Amino acid sequence: MSKHEKLLQIKNLTLHFRTQKGDVQAVDGVDFELDYNRAVVILGESGCGKSSLAKAILRLLPRNVSKYSGSIIFEGNDVMQLSDEEYRQNVRWVAMSLVPQAAMNALNPVIRVGDQVAEPAVVHLGLSKTEALQPALKMFRHVGVPDDFIDRYPFELSGGMRQRVAIAMALVTSPGLIILDEPTSALDVLTQANIFNVLKRIKQELGTSFILITHDIATSSELADDVAVMYAGQIVEVSDARRFFIEPLHPYSQKLMASVPRLRQEHDPDFITGQPPSLLNPPKGCRFAARCPKRFEKCSEEPPVIEQDGRKVKCWLYA
Amino acid sequence: MNANNNEVLLRVEDLKMHFPIYRGVFQRQVGAVRAVDGITFDVYRGETLGLVGESGCGKSTAGRTILQLYKPTSGNVHFEGVDLVRLKGEEMRRMRRKMQMIFQDPYASLNPRMTVGQLVGEPLMVHNVASGAEIAERVAHLLEVVNLNPAFATRYPHEFSGGQRQRIGVARALALNPSFIICDEPISALDVSIQAQVVNLLEDLQEQFNLTYLFIAHDLSMVRHISKRVAVMYLGVFVELADRDELYANPLHPYTQALLSAVPIPDPIADAKRKRTILEGDVPSPANPPSGCRFRTRCPIAQPQCAESRPEFREVQPGHFVACHLVN
Repeated sequence: MSKHEKLLQIKNLTLHFRTQKGDVQAVDGVDFELDYNRAVVILGESGCGKSSLAKAILRLLPRNVSKYSGSIIFEGNDVMQLSDEEYRQNVRWVAMSLVPQAAMNALNPVIRVGDQVAEPAVVHLGLSKTEALQPALKMFRHVGVPDDFIDRYPFELSGGMRQRVAIAMALVTSPGLIILDEPTSALDVLTQANIFNVLKRIKQELGTSFILITHDIATSSELADDVAVMYAGQIVEVSDARRFFIEPLHPYSQKLMASVPRLRQEHDPDFITGQPPSLLNPPKGCRFAARCPKRFEKCSEEPPVIEQDGRKVKCWLYA
Repeated sequence: MNANNNEVLLRVEDLKMHFPIYRGVFQRQVGAVRAVDGITFDVYRGETLGLVGESGCGKSTAGRTILQLYKPTSGNVHFEGVDLVRLKGEEMRRMRRKMQMIFQDPYASLNPRMTVGQLVGEPLMVHNVASGAEIAERVAHLLEVVNLNPAFATRYPHEFSGGQRQRIGVARALALNPSFIICDEPISALDVSIQAQVVNLLEDLQEQFNLTYLFIAHDLSMVRHISKRVAVMYLGVFVELADRDELYANPLHPYTQALLSAVPIPDPIADAKRKRTILEGDVPSPANPPSGCRFRTRCPIAQPQCAESRPEFREVQPGHFVACHLVN
C-alpha cells in the first residue's frame, strides 16, 4: 500500500434532505482533512448536522436525499466516484467503519455478541463464520472484553461492555478509519473514562484514525488531536486540539467552551442565547450572527475561511 | 448552609425501597432489588442538596420514594415535621402540593397532545386550587416567571426547543407554589450551550420563592455550581455527604475520589498532568449486593474487614458524613 499524504480529504461535501417543508441543508459545503493515526473531533450542538456528516462520509443515506455532492478522497482515491456496489465492497467497513449513535442499544438481542462482532468479517472479507471468530476474539481482547463473553447475549452485558462490543465490531475488519458517533454520551463518567482509554490504546497499538462526533466537549479533549467545530451544517473552525482548548478562535467556539461546566472553576458557566437557525432556510451571511456577541455589519455577507497559523476559521473578525 | 442555623425541611431516616422479584408458575417472591437500602439525611430549608451517582445506583428511586410515588419498604420521611409514610388519601394529596418534581427528559415528560396552557394548568385543576379564567391567568404568570412568552400557552410541546421545554416542566412544577422540588437530572438531556440557562433559572426561582431543591445528577461539574451540599450514592446507599467545597476539595470515600478523578477536563495539558484512578469493572447487581461495604468489589484500598461488616454512615468532621471503615 502506497502511503498517501493524507488518509482522508473531504472537499465541499454537501448532503441535503428533501422534506415536505423544503430542503434541509444538513451538511453544507464541509471541508476537512485527516492524517494517518490522528483523531479529529467534530463538535457541535444537537441538530447542527454532525451525525449527517458521518452518514455522508460512509454513504449511509436515507431515501429522501435531494443533493449529495463533493469529494471524499480516501488514501488518494475519490470514493464519491464509486458505484454503490463498489463502495460497499471496497470502502464501507473495509476502509472505514462506524460506531453508530447509541451503539450499545443497536446490538441484535437474539444473536450472541461474538457472532455479531464477526459478522462484518463474514460480509466484507468473505471469511467463513468460524474463521471470522478469530479476528472477533482478537478485537475482544483489544477493547478489553473477556474472552468468554463471546458466547453471551447483549442483555447479559452492562452498558460499558456493550459499547466495547460495538467498537470491536467496527474494528474487526481492520479499517484505517473509524467514525464514532457520540460513543459515550449514554454512559457514566467512570465508564466514559474507561472507553476513552480503550480508544487511546487502539490508536496507539493499531494506528487507526478516528473521527469522533460528539457534543461532549470535556470528554472529547481526551482523544482529540484536531478539532472541527460544526454549526448549522457548516464547519466554522478547524484547529489543533492543544490551541483550540486553550484559545478557540470563532466566537461560537468561544461561547461553547465557556458553557462547559468545569470541576474546578469559581465563576458560573456561560450559555448561548437563542437557538441555532433552521436548516430548512438558513440565514444569508454568517449563520451564527444572530446569536453572536461580536457581530458587526460585515456578518450579513458570507464569511470567508481564514487561515491563521495553520488553523482555519470562518469568521469576518479574522479577515 | 450548615446544620447550626437552618431549619430541617425534610428528614429521611433509614429509607428503604426494595422491589420484589417474582419467579415461577406461582409467582413466588425469590428476591428483591434493593434499589434504595437505608439512606438517612436531612435537607435544610432553602438549600440545594446535590445527589450524584452512576446510573442504576438508585438516585432516581430515592427521589421518587421520598415523594411517596413509591410506597417505601421501610423507613420514615418527615416533611415539615409530618411523617409522609403514614399519610393516606386526602391528607397525602394536600401534602403533595408542597413537593414537586422536575423530570429528566423534556422530550418525553410532556404530553404531546396537550397545549402548554393545559400542561401548566393541569396541576391547578387536579388540586382544585383554581378554575376557569383564574387558571389562564395563573398559567400566563407562571410562563412569565420561567421567561417564556405567555402567548405560548396555546402551542404544543413539539414547537419548542429542549431548553424551552424544560422551562415548561419547571413552570408545571411551580404551579402549586411548592416549597420543595426534586430535580431529577433536569439538564442532562440538554445541549451544553443552554444547560447554564436552565440552571440559572432554577437558582433565580430558588431565591424568589425560597425553594428547596434535591438536585439529582450524574454530572459532577454542574452539581458543584448549583449545590450547597453534595451527597454521593453507590448501589442504594449514601457513601459520602458534605458541604460542596469540602467534598470537592477533600473527598474521603475512595468512590468519591474515583468519581472526581474521572471527570474530564477540557484542557489536554492540564489533563495530561493529573493523576487518575480509573475503576475497573461494573456496579454489582442491586438484587445481590456484596456483603459488608457495597463498594469493596471495586475499591482500590479494600481490606478484609470491608467484607465483614457494613460501614456506618457517620459524621467524621462537622457536616462531613462518610461510610467507610478506613476513614478515621
